[in-house]
This record gives sequence, structure tokens and C-alpha cells, in this order.
Amino acid sequence: MSLIHRSSGLLKPLAAGPASLLRRPFSSATDDDATKITVETSVPFTGHRIDPPSRTIDTTPKELMTFFVDMARMRRMEIAADSLYKSKLIRGFCHLYDGQEAVAVGMEAAITRKDCIITAYRDHCIFLGRGGTLLEAFAELMGRKAGCSKGKGGSMHFYKKDGGFYGGHGIVGAQVPLGCGLAFAQKYSKEDHVTFALYGDGAANQGQLFEALNMAALWDLPAILVCENNHYGMGTAEWRAAKSPAYYKRGDYVPGLKVDGMDVFAVKQACKFAKEHVLKNGPIILEMDTYRYHGHSMSDPGSTYRTRDEISGVRQERDPIERIRKLILSHDIASEKELKDIEKKARKEVDEAIAQAKESPMPEPSELFTNVYVKDHGVE
Amino acid sequence: MLGVTRHIVAGRGFAASMTVLDALNSALDEEMSADPKVSLMGEEVGEYQGAYKISKGLLDKYGPDRVCDTPINEAMDHIINSAAKSNYMSAGMISVPVVFRGPNGAAAGVGAQHSRLCYINDGGPERRDADELPCMAVSFKSLTWGKATAEALDSSFCLPIGKAKIEHEGKDVTITAFSKMAGYALEAAEILEKDGISAEVINLRSIRPLDRTTINTYVRKTNRLVSVEEGFAQHGVGAEICASVGEESFEYLDAPVESISGADVPTPYAPNIERMAFPQVEDIVRATKRACYR
Repeated sequence: MSLIHRSSGLLKPLAAGPASLLRRPFSSATDDDATKITVETSVPFTGHRIDPPSRTIDTTPKELMTFFVDMARMRRMEIAADSLYKSKLIRGFCHLYDGQEAVAVGMEAAITRKDCIITAYRDHCIFLGRGGTLLEAFAELMGRKAGCSKGKGGSMHFYKKDGGFYGGHGIVGAQVPLGCGLAFAQKYSKEDHVTFALYGDGAANQGQLFEALNMAALWDLPAILVCENNHYGMGTAEWRAAKSPAYYKRGDYVPGLKVDGMDVFAVKQACKFAKEHVLKNGPIILEMDTYRYHGHSMSDPGSTYRTRDEISGVRQERDPIERIRKLILSHDIASEKELKDIEKKARKEVDEAIAQAKESPMPEPSELFTNVYVKDHGVE
Repeated sequence: MLGVTRHIVAGRGFAASMTVLDALNSALDEEMSADPKVSLMGEEVGEYQGAYKISKGLLDKYGPDRVCDTPINEAMDHIINSAAKSNYMSAGMISVPVVFRGPNGAAAGVGAQHSRLCYINDGGPERRDADELPCMAVSFKSLTWGKATAEALDSSFCLPIGKAKIEHEGKDVTITAFSKMAGYALEAAEILEKDGISAEVINLRSIRPLDRTTINTYVRKTNRLVSVEEGFAQHGVGAEICASVGEESFEYLDAPVESISGADVPTPYAPNIERMAFPQVEDIVRATKRACYR
């Protein structure tokens, strides 16, 4: 059997027929890394005070498959969290990311674990992208010892310091000044690393963002502010909250880029571009045009302020996973069945992680008083 | 949280009742109906009907000029420094007739940043700000779906600021509490009754100004005091009550004051340790017995 090589042709699907039966299965890796596939982002980038990067991107079959596997796992995790919340195994607030996976995965593909990411409360998938495990995520959601924050944080307070992930924050917009602080530390240590500070369209109007951005620009900090614009701040549509919803332009003197956040390649390209830029020139804003299928949180049905048609329309036209599936199929990298098997495997991994998480006990009562002071000093 | 019912006042055979959520909603409605100059603004108060549905129906009734959805902002500095202090700094020239209404306190499972916001003044669900000074009316999140009293259903019902309420009179010991803890204190009083301890419960209602007169009057009668609050002990309401009683009624005390408060930690998420972070009914019972040397 021989692998059908794609040369630098674009997205034309292969003619169906015997050729596809002769294809070597995905599991043999060597050729898949060397094979170059060129793709174009769905739409070109729009720049503010900057020349945008090219919309033509090189990828490999291996990368395409990795994107599919990672996003399928994230999607499955969030859907399972929905069920767990409804069974009351997850309590309090729970904000799901399904629909927005391309931002988490595309960003990871462009950076290293020495670069930092900080975000708000819609953080489960970012955590996974930074190397967190499904077990740590589900255990944390259920308030168990095996959780990434040992059960003490909950859904909104996931962290993974060794993966460069600094949380996990509940107060809207507060993570952005913190992210600029991380960038300050990176510049101070003369590392060639950068920080991505993520926030939503609702948070974009917060005063503290502009204060932090001013300082970052003044001091040329390697800070990339990423607005995950899913178009609704809880129940308020962007046009009802912002005089100017062109968030990539809101930095005024800080350059910006508008990106199709449902296209993992566009996200990767933009993040790569941004990293190179900020290391030389100070901050930049990336606006990711994205969408969340769930409501703001599990207490919000998500359909009082937007129509079901809109939600299903986005799912049909722009779903990030479907986009990659089509690319994989059209380039004959894997079959439909193989992709379905990957999704089944993701489901199985998630189910196993949940079962394991359920076995984990709740934290010891003594944990109530730890991590307050240094060496538990002053605890009575 | 939705659908859970907690009783603020132990059952006294009320014919009608409404949830705290509905009580808050009707309070806002009454105030807006009574005075066309009263407007409501905040995050999600309009089209979304309120983050906890407290302003349900108000946009439809009063229109977008009077019910305004605002972009997100975190406004504590202005509440403290602009609203609270302007009348004083201008020697009465500038008035700030604003009620800052919001949810506070611990709610189940919301973690460290969404529990324990600070608050200035905690009235019941029905209150009118009759003068020109701002106040902060805070309702505890977890009580939003609890039941309000029948008296509160009357549209002219209005509580004065600065007056505590005697929820239940007793002979042996006085328990002071507010909001959710007032309900817990009443439950504790019922348990203690069976053990032969007659505990009275004072619902503070107003934190600032604090009704020191009522507290001292009743402590002088029972000679024992237990203060209960969800907040931190240090610099807390209980600390102030202890100071007041120590100054005004020292000779009347037959036992040291028991002060129960929340654990001095950020609120954890896991339910077992979250429960340990806040006073429970059994903690109040234990402390009250200690105050009675039992």
C-alpha cells in the first residue's frame, strides 16, 4: 500500500475510488511529518496598525490529526461536564468552552510550555491544552483530592504552573493585568518567552484592561491580549455593551489583528505572528472571532438572547472540528471510520477519567487551613 | 441552588408567602412605581431579567430609559469613595440617593472569589431609602430562593434602617445574627429549647448603623451573648458587638461573649471543607451551651 502524497495543491478533494483503498493507515508516522500540505485560512486577517500575516499556511498530516484528536477530546470533556453538572456532581458555577476549541488548540501549536497563558473562568480546555489531564480536570470539577487544585478551586480556578498556565479567574477582566505582570517577569528575566492573556468581549470594556495595556505598551512587555469574542457577555450582545465592538482596534496605539477563531490554522498563524511581534515591539491584541454553543454557564440556557437558528447555523458552517474533519478527509489522511473511532476513543478516555475521579476522595478537613500563610503560620 | 427553599422565619402559620427573589423583585417594582425618578442600572438587569432574575419584568414595565443594561465593570472603589463619602466631604451639598443592590455571602460551590464580598449595610428584602444618602442592600445569594414573611407582601411595608428585630424572645441567652445566620440561629433556638435553654434571637438587619441599643438592652436581660456571622472574625460584626457590649454592659455579663464566625480562609470549593468554612446550626448550639456553662 502506498500513501497518496499531496503536493502543494490546495483544498481540492481527491476523487473517490480505488486510490483511497490503497492508502496507508495513519499510524505510520514518518511520512506524515514530512508531507507538506498547504491550507488557506477561511478568511484573511484584518490588521490594525500592522501588516497582517499571510493566510497561506503549511501543515502536515500529523498536525492535522493532532488537531482533530485534541479538539475531539476537549469537546467530549465539556459535554460530559454538562451531564455531571446536571447530576449535581459539579456544583456552583460551570462555564463550558465547546465551540471555542480552535483557540486553545491553535494557540498551543504556536507556542511552548515556557510561554504563559492566563484566562478567565472558561478554562477547562486551556488547562487540557497546557498538559493538564482529564482526571485532574474532572476530579477538580467534582471537588476531589486528585483535582488540579486538590478540590479547593473548582471549575473557575484550574492552574498548571509547570505547563505555564496561571489560571482560572472569576472576576471579569482581572486576569489581564495579571497577565501583563507575567509578561513583565518574562522580560525582566530576559527569557524569549511571551504571555497570552485571554479575556472575553464582556471583559473588553473593563477599565483595568486599558490601564494594564498602557503599562505594557509603555514598557514594551511581551504581552499578547487575546479577546475571545464569542459575541455575548453573559446575556448581553456585543453591540449592546460596546460602542466599538472592533476589539482588535480598541488598543488604539497598540496594534491588533482580527482572526477567525473557529479556524485552528488562523489561530496558530496569528499566535505565531504575535509571539514574534511582541518579543521585539511590545504588546499586541488578537481578537478571536469565536462562538460558544452552551450558554454563559450551566445556569443559562443560552437561548433567551440568541436564536436556536443562530447556534445551529454556526455549528453547521463554522464548527472547528468539522473543518478539520473535512480537511483530513479531502486530503485522504484518514477515513471517516478512523475519525469516528478517534471520537469514540475520546469518549472512552473521558468516561474512564470520570470513573477514576469519582473514586478520588474529597480533601482532608485539614486542607481547609492550608495555603493561607507561609508554612501554615498563624493557623489556629 | 434553584428550587431550594430556606425559611428565614420559623413557621408561624403565614397564609401567603413568597420567595426572597420575588420579594426583592416586588420591592424594586414598588419603588420604581412610587417615584418616576427611580431608575435601575447594572449588568444584565434588563433584557436578561437580572443575573438571578431579581429584576424580572421591570424592563417591560418601565422601559429602557429607566432600566439600563450596563457593560461589565467592577465598581467597589466608587461605592466606597465616591458614593459613601461625597455627602460628608461636601458638608451636605452633594447627595447620592443610590441603593447598591447585590448578592453577597457564601453560595454553594462558587469558590473563593465569589464568596465573601464586603458589604456595608444589610437590610431585609423590603426597605426604602427615604433620604439622600447611599446605602448598600445586600441579599445573601443562597437565600434568594428562600421564603419572605407575609408582612413583607404588603406594598406599604417599610423597615427603618438601623433597627434590629427580635425574632424570638428568650430568658437565658441572646443570640445576634443577620441574614442566613438569623435563620440558622432560629433553628438552633428550637434545638436548645428541647434542652431546656431559652435562647432569644435578634436579627440585626442593619449592619451600619448597628442597633447597639437593642443589643445591649436584651443582653442586660439575659446576661449572656452569642454573636453569629458568616464573615471573618477579625474586624467583623461580632467583634464590634463584643466591643459595644463590653463597653456598655460589662457588669451585666455572666459569661464571656461567644463569637462564631466564618473560618479565616478563602472559600474552598470541595463541599466537605466548604461546609467547614461557615457556621452551621450545630456550631451555634454548641457555642450557646458554652455561654450557658453547659
